[in-house]
Amino acid sequence: MNKRMLAFAGRNLKELLRDPMSLIFGLGFPIVIMSLMTILSNSIAEMPGLFSINSLAPGTTVFGQAFVSLFAGMLIASDRENSFLMRLFTMPLKASDFILGYSLPLLGVAMLQGVICLLYAGILGMDLNVNFFMTLVTLIPTALLYIGFGILFGTIFTYKQVGGVSSVLVNVAALLSGTWFDLSMVGGAFHTVCYILPFAHAVDMCRAALLGNYAAIPAHLWVVCAYAVVVFALSVLLFRSKMRVK
Amino acid sequence: MNSIETKELTKVFKTRTAVDALNLSVGEGEFFALLGQNGAGKTTTIRMLCCLTQPTSGEAYIMGKSVTKEPLEVKRLLNVSPQETAVATKLSVAENLELVGRLHGMSKAEAGERAAEMMAQFKLADRAKDRAKSLSGGMQRRLSIAMALITEPKVLFLDEPTLGLDVRARRELWSHIEALKGKITMVVTTHYLEEAEKYADRIAIMEAGRIVALGDAQEIVSVSGKENFEEAFLSYTTEVE
Repeated sequence: MNKRMLAFAGRNLKELLRDPMSLIFGLGFPIVIMSLMTILSNSIAEMPGLFSINSLAPGTTVFGQAFVSLFAGMLIASDRENSFLMRLFTMPLKASDFILGYSLPLLGVAMLQGVICLLYAGILGMDLNVNFFMTLVTLIPTALLYIGFGILFGTIFTYKQVGGVSSVLVNVAALLSGTWFDLSMVGGAFHTVCYILPFAHAVDMCRAALLGNYAAIPAHLWVVCAYAVVVFALSVLLFRSKMRVK
Repeated sequence: MNSIETKELTKVFKTRTAVDALNLSVGEGEFFALLGQNGAGKTTTIRMLCCLTQPTSGEAYIMGKSVTKEPLEVKRLLNVSPQETAVATKLSVAENLELVGRLHGMSKAEAGERAAEMMAQFKLADRAKDRAKSLSGGMQRRLSIAMALITEPKVLFLDEPTLGLDVRARRELWSHIEALKGKITMVVTTHYLEEAEKYADRIAIMEAGRIVALGDAQEIVSVSGKENFEEAFLSYTTEVE
């Protein structure tokens, strides 16, 4: 691998890990939700099966991935606003070095987040077996989708705006993913829209992997991958245009 | 060979011509100051020379390399200290310096050695492990210039290097910059006329994207027929509305 890109990726990893509030929030929030829902589920007999830890953990883990868009957006917007990115643009780096340099550490953080969420779900009683590893693999396209969104937001919006826009994405993704309620119970146009967008597919893919139902994964995988490719391509195009004003 | 050569370099933003057919040569080791009112075209000129902005027409060369056709080659030859301090705030002083060295292709060990030299030269050694955001404005400027010099560039661009600094910090910074005179080519933009007058080998005054006066400070004053450099500058430029 290109050593300039790796040096840049190393810097970005340090910046991410030295922002403990964001990390604690990103990691802690899904864990708090899982804990609360498990307590409620154990206390209230009528709680739907959706809130059992086996069903809740995949949705919450995917929900946690959405915070990566916030990390990515804030990092890039901050670099833009204090002109550090402009300084970097005068250095002999290609657009691909920048994109990879931002994406690799974010992917690492996303995977770490996935591992922590799933292991915590294991502590809460979720079945942990070899499917854990396949579940992590299915999180990769989802993480890339959110990293793409983050690069896009960081390239377009100011540091302050990124927080708001990413929060909207996190909430929309949670609402339309089927994490908090069974989408088939709503049905109709809402259900159709949810399955046109990638968020419900990401959760279903994660659930299928955890259950060992590998045959169900590809149908969801290609939708998430398609969105990830489109969002990533758009973010790369916009980022490149910022590198050299026409 | 000149360090910088521009030929009819032009930048048009929609209907506004920011830089208008600029022809400029800066010799090797020369300390060149670019002056002008806000919006005169100084920063756009520097951005084009640093491959940050694509010229609308014309061409510019850094050490003979074209900024439009060989941007990666050009970027290996130059470095910049932007108007804002532009440091990675969560990295330490040493990490900022090492990062720039490594982004220019140095090994980790080489970047570490160069960073130590830069910190000693710019009196930052005792703050090596402190995060950049904890430094004073003057120290952040020194770090910014040290980051621009760690790669031993052939051409250094300093965009408003003393902006927002108090008198003492400005004087200290200029002593560092002055020590580099003759060793590398430097192009500086500043609103402090006395700084350009005192330190620059040659000065260009820009107005509406064009160079309206060029020479050393004495020549500019004498050609303008004014009493001093400030009067000469005002005679060449118009009030910004």
